[in-house]
Amino acid sequence: MTAIDDLFSTLKAQNKKAFMPFITAGDPSLAFTGKVLTRLAELGCSMAELGIPYSDPIADGPVIQASYTRALQNKIKLSGIFQTVADLRAAGSQPLAKMPLVSMVSYAIVHRHGLEKYVDEAKASGFAGAIVPDLLVEESEPFSKVCRVREFNLIQLVTPTTPPERALRIAESSSGFLYFVSVTGITGERTQLPVDLVDRVGWLRDRSSLPICIGFGISKPEHVKLLAPVSDGLIVGSAIVRSLDQAAADESKALDSMSQLVTSLISALEN
Amino acid sequence: MGRTLVSLGPQKACRPPYHKLQKEPSMSLASEPLSTEPLSTEQSASPNVPDQQGRFGMFGGRFVPETLTRALDELVVEYNRARQDPDFQAELDDLLHRFVGRPSPLYHAARFSKQLGGAQIWLKREDLNHTGAHKINNTLGQALLTLRMKKTRVIAETGAGQHGVASATACAHFGLPCVVYMGVEDVRRQRPNVFSMRLLGAEVRPVESGSRTLRDAVNEAMRDWMASVETTHYIIGSVIGPHPFPMMVRDFQSVIGKECREQSLQSFGRLPDAVVACVGGGSNAAGMFYPFVGDRSVRLIGVEAGGRGPNAGDHASPLTFGSPGVLHGSYSYVMQDEDGQTSDVHSMSAGLDYPGVGPEHSYWKDTQRVEYTSCRDDEALAAFDFLARNEGILTALETCHAVAKAAEIAKGMSPDQHLVICLSGRGDKDAAELARLRGQEW
Ligand SMILES: Cc1ncc(COP(=O)(O)O)c(C=O)c1O
Repeated sequence: MTAIDDLFSTLKAQNKKAFMPFITAGDPSLAFTGKVLTRLAELGCSMAELGIPYSDPIADGPVIQASYTRALQNKIKLSGIFQTVADLRAAGSQPLAKMPLVSMVSYAIVHRHGLEKYVDEAKASGFAGAIVPDLLVEESEPFSKVCRVREFNLIQLVTPTTPPERALRIAESSSGFLYFVSVTGITGERTQLPVDLVDRVGWLRDRSSLPICIGFGISKPEHVKLLAPVSDGLIVGSAIVRSLDQAAADESKALDSMSQLVTSLISALEN
Repeated sequence: MGRTLVSLGPQKACRPPYHKLQKEPSMSLASEPLSTEPLSTEQSASPNVPDQQGRFGMFGGRFVPETLTRALDELVVEYNRARQDPDFQAELDDLLHRFVGRPSPLYHAARFSKQLGGAQIWLKREDLNHTGAHKINNTLGQALLTLRMKKTRVIAETGAGQHGVASATACAHFGLPCVVYMGVEDVRRQRPNVFSMRLLGAEVRPVESGSRTLRDAVNEAMRDWMASVETTHYIIGSVIGPHPFPMMVRDFQSVIGKECREQSLQSFGRLPDAVVACVGGGSNAAGMFYPFVGDRSVRLIGVEAGGRGPNAGDHASPLTFGSPGVLHGSYSYVMQDEDGQTSDVHSMSAGLDYPGVGPEHSYWKDTQRVEYTSCRDDEALAAFDFLARNEGILTALETCHAVAKAAEIAKGMSPDQHLVICLSGRGDKDAAELARLRGQEW
């Protein structure tokens, strides 16, 4: 059992859904990332996804790309990210201690770091799992094995272009939860989500015992209201990253605008 | 003197755990001449690659978002069907003949050979193809596949602009809309090709992100494809990217090596002793080398961009100085920092200014079938002049890298030996950039 497994069984017992923000580690500094994570936990987020900045993110839209660029310009390194997370865990603020963290990381980085070393260090610093958006199920066995042995979740993705049988196969090899990508495309806020999304998630949910969280494009309370009933949790990335993008100029203002957005989304989820 | 190409020692061509195989960059001096001793035949590169998963030994595969999987699987299926369809082959062959002007000549550069005083130098004249480079061999094949897959739009990336022009040309020929992504630095240094693409009806989208070169153009094209994959085909311009691109682009470009093999037999009665090609992503080299892989007597030499020299950031030579890693959908040699971030690279030639390389080249390197070396900007510029003044050929700056190293190698060979250079493209596109590099009026 990982912290993520625990979280979903608790939420299920309470008939609740997970709210999971995505933020970029080190945008614009790791100290600020610590403040954001602390605030997210205080606001009642169930889990947080920490994006590891990457130089060539092909699944990301302009908002997240720009945040990665800011972080890399500030020389954010993997070792610094792990250290920051470990320090936050050690400081032991109550809500934060209970909020599981997953890293969103390119396989280019995991591979270069070394598969075992990546998981060992991520886990030691307090991550419960990883989402590796460019690691397909056919290529995932070596890393999946490393994760399994260490009780570290490898969260895999299903997209609108994934055929049904393949979606089942991916659900089987994923752990922690399954990431259901709502749109065919890159990350970024959308005004509209595909009409058949609810049905497709429902179809898979009937056939898999793994919790399913929906992400990509979600930015508005209406989206949350529509998708909450068919899923186990929702992931919001670009809208939150954008709310923080003026942090270099004024941190507290950025934290406030982020808090406002997150509060409105969480209240949409709870009602 | 000893070999300048550092060999890796025995490595099994096996599946992962390949993360264990990281190694220190091999440091070889770009300016030292290559030795002419024969290759070790201990390990053999097989032409029967890739496997079903797109693996060339341990290289290649597919490292892309799930969103692209279905389109890649469909492409594998359609390409396999097309390969076995005589009508497809006939249509492509006819286009290559009447539209492109193939076969391209194998030309004996007699004056050039005499000046050097070594091997007889032959030029495989891909520069004489319609659109002026080898790129058209691939774009026509992929455009035909686009139609077979009933896709209605094409996207492409380009560095030097040659692949962009070749894509725009194929699309104009078939009536397909075409969008070409190009880094703003390349838009600047390859202006004539930007203009040509627009004349051909393509939309050129300048890319502002990152290093504003080929690598960023690939990123943007991939992002477009993530959203448009159901109706759009992405014509990748080199032997890079996720399976099946490295295999398919190699196959379409293999017309170069097949013709060259036959023309060698006709022209000098045997196979060449050495074949040299420049390596950016590696498509002209792969197309030239592949039909010779089984011919152990033929030395194959790939030349990367050595830029300003061997220091990090000064060159674009992943096979010479990099190590295996993941970039743009496949596992291959790459220039990365210790965190896995892609490093900045440099070459004066837009088509070679790329931090990665096709996975089959990594496989050929590690099996020691092909030797890889690199050539600096200044050496390539000198080769440009040498070929211009001794043969009357203006050569693409990319290609000049191969010419420079081939000249060094040929000098160490005897006049009864034969060396072929893949003359991948013509140099008209570089006139303005050459003037700028030399501080001359344009
Ligand atoms: C004339 C020419 N040669 C070589 C290259 C490098 O590409 P590749 O290594 O795929 O042949 C280019 C790319 O733009 C080119 O235009």
